[in-house]
Amino acid sequence: MTTSTHPQIDHLDLLESHAIFIIREVVAECERPVLLFSGGKDSAVLLHLAVKAFAPQKLPFPVMHVDTGHNFPEVLAYRDERVATLGLRLEVASVQEAIDQGRVPDPGPLGMRNQLQTRALLDGIEKHKFDAAFGGARRDEDKARAKERVLSFRGVFGGWDPKIQRPELWQLYQGKVNAGENLRAFPLSDWTELDVWNYIRRENVPLPSIYFAHERPVLKRDNMWLAVGEFIHPQHGEVVERHLVRFRTVGDASCTGAVRSGADTLDAIIAEISVTNVSERGATRADDRFSETAMEDRKREGYF
Amino acid sequence: MTEPTSDLLRFATVGSVDDGKSTLIGRLLVDTRQLFDDQLEAVATASAKRGVGDLDLSFVTDGLRAERDQGITIDVAYRYAATPTRKFVIADCPGHVQYTRNMATGASTADVALVVLDASKGLKEQTRRHLCIAALLGVRHVIVAANKMDVAKWDEAVYLAVVDQVNEVSARLGFTSSVVIPVSALAGDNVVEPGFMANWYQGPTVLQALEAAPAGSWASSSSGARLPIQWVLRQHGGGRTYAGMVNGGEFTVGQEVHLMPQGVKTVLKAINGPRGGLEVALPGLSVDFDLTDETDAGRSDMLATAPLPTATSEFEATICWFSDKSLTNGARLRLKHTTRSTPVRVTGIAGTLDVGTLEVGPANEVVLNDIGLVHLATAEPIVVDDYRDNRVTGSFILIDEVTNATVAAGMIGHANFL
Repeated sequence: MTTSTHPQIDHLDLLESHAIFIIREVVAECERPVLLFSGGKDSAVLLHLAVKAFAPQKLPFPVMHVDTGHNFPEVLAYRDERVATLGLRLEVASVQEAIDQGRVPDPGPLGMRNQLQTRALLDGIEKHKFDAAFGGARRDEDKARAKERVLSFRGVFGGWDPKIQRPELWQLYQGKVNAGENLRAFPLSDWTELDVWNYIRRENVPLPSIYFAHERPVLKRDNMWLAVGEFIHPQHGEVVERHLVRFRTVGDASCTGAVRSGADTLDAIIAEISVTNVSERGATRADDRFSETAMEDRKREGYF
Repeated sequence: MTEPTSDLLRFATVGSVDDGKSTLIGRLLVDTRQLFDDQLEAVATASAKRGVGDLDLSFVTDGLRAERDQGITIDVAYRYAATPTRKFVIADCPGHVQYTRNMATGASTADVALVVLDASKGLKEQTRRHLCIAALLGVRHVIVAANKMDVAKWDEAVYLAVVDQVNEVSARLGFTSSVVIPVSALAGDNVVEPGFMANWYQGPTVLQALEAAPAGSWASSSSGARLPIQWVLRQHGGGRTYAGMVNGGEFTVGQEVHLMPQGVKTVLKAINGPRGGLEVALPGLSVDFDLTDETDAGRSDMLATAPLPTATSEFEATICWFSDKSLTNGARLRLKHTTRSTPVRVTGIAGTLDVGTLEVGPANEVVLNDIGLVHLATAEPIVVDDYRDNRVTGSFILIDEVTNATVAAGMIGHANFL
């Protein structure tokens, strides 16, 4: 460890410290927390912060991957590498299992599974009796998320009711719930997409390779570049092309779009998103395009 | 006084329903080009769908379905913006009296209140209530947008009447600075671009006022350094360190610190920050401390330097009450203060504030949205500073023991105007 003689602290230092404060507060107040780990950049940063919050002890709670079954192989490999390196306990809440057991309808081989994540998530929370689930959601991502508390209270059905949120004043995070209820905790609430990338660069947070520019077969659907592979095949005259692309977010492989980009380093990525005209979800998420309040509606049903 | 981030200003919108808070924030964000193309397009689509014109600017922050359908703000929207001068964290708060608790949530971390009012209507009761709450929460600087000046035909007399009202309330509530700006949020005059309709006005635009406002005042403090302990970390080799987030002032290695409420003195042996060892721990940093002596310190205790806080189980406080169920003398609740939760009982109600006259009158109960002066007794002692000296160690919340709902925001002591 090096000792800093320069006590100056910047915006990223304060965001980092505040997030660590929130994580420690939730773990102290709740009985059985869990960290939702998708392998995306936000959950990578969240995990990095959680490890810092309790170092040198091991992370005092497990991580859970809500697995839609439509994964990018690079992301699964990354998840398993992180779990092994950090000595984490991994739980998997599987959408495929929920389909196989008939808990949710099968959307078919080409159907989107983001909607079904909610059920797998709620079943996972119930099975392990988790009373708090950390997520990497940020308020700048979406207009409904912009309204949500850092500690988002969820009733016995797991849904978010935006009309009766708990007041959340100062730095007093109140995590008490009754049996069967739970909390979602969002320590990155005040971070922007650019803050996340700047932090990843500063801290050398490892990421899945698909965040960096690479050439792959893609096809254009609904004005979005989708990766051709196990879950996306050309239909009705769609043309497969090879392009240099990268992913700006990582989600279900059947509805997460790639962006044409040559940014293959963190510096290049930060330069690229500093001047972009399109929001992160607007550029990459097919599931948010169907309705004006897609995110709010999913949260009301119990989504992250 | 410490001002850790002068490049970041946190502000909250304040004022009555329908006076144009969300529209003003929408205008500010659109005219400073903070919105992505797809977000702007989505606002246009939602506006067309509801027949409210080409671009209803309030939809930029009013993101919930019910908000757009009813044309009101229900809960705080947090937005992040940056101009070449500084970064902003914006809390766009609801104006409706029913959602006062959400306004208090948004204002509790603000450096500055951006007050929006309908210039022709002046200071309504709800605007005065919000100003009182902002003042109680420790906001010292207000920027007042006298909005809808286009409707008032840019009549200087209308503006001057607002200035008089604001000056009177501002002096009473102890704001150290207030500026009143004639604005049309709808047309954009004096928000980001100067307005040419008011040739009698020479002052700043809203954006200029926000860029000039003192930042970091939220964290400023006249107490000593404080570390409410959140967690005890076991170190390799058997030692323990004490983790928490610093507030109030800075700690330095080698310094004498007091463990409270035990009243034990020890010396700060080492500081670990998120990026490694530190000589000095500044407010806002999450750290863990190694102490020279063995102690029984644990979560909810506090490490402090002079001037020291007070360990007490009986104190006077100012509360904003958020529950439909009134608070009466003798009521039992749970209190969360820094990292300690303890049962608490109301031992007296000294009075409630009339937001019209700004006088405190006697009361038997504190009802929904009241500001009350109360006496409280806690089961365990808490380690406090007066709220005016330290917003972290001077604040608490009250929690319903059965539902776990947060029913009040509390501040140790009382403001000068009470």
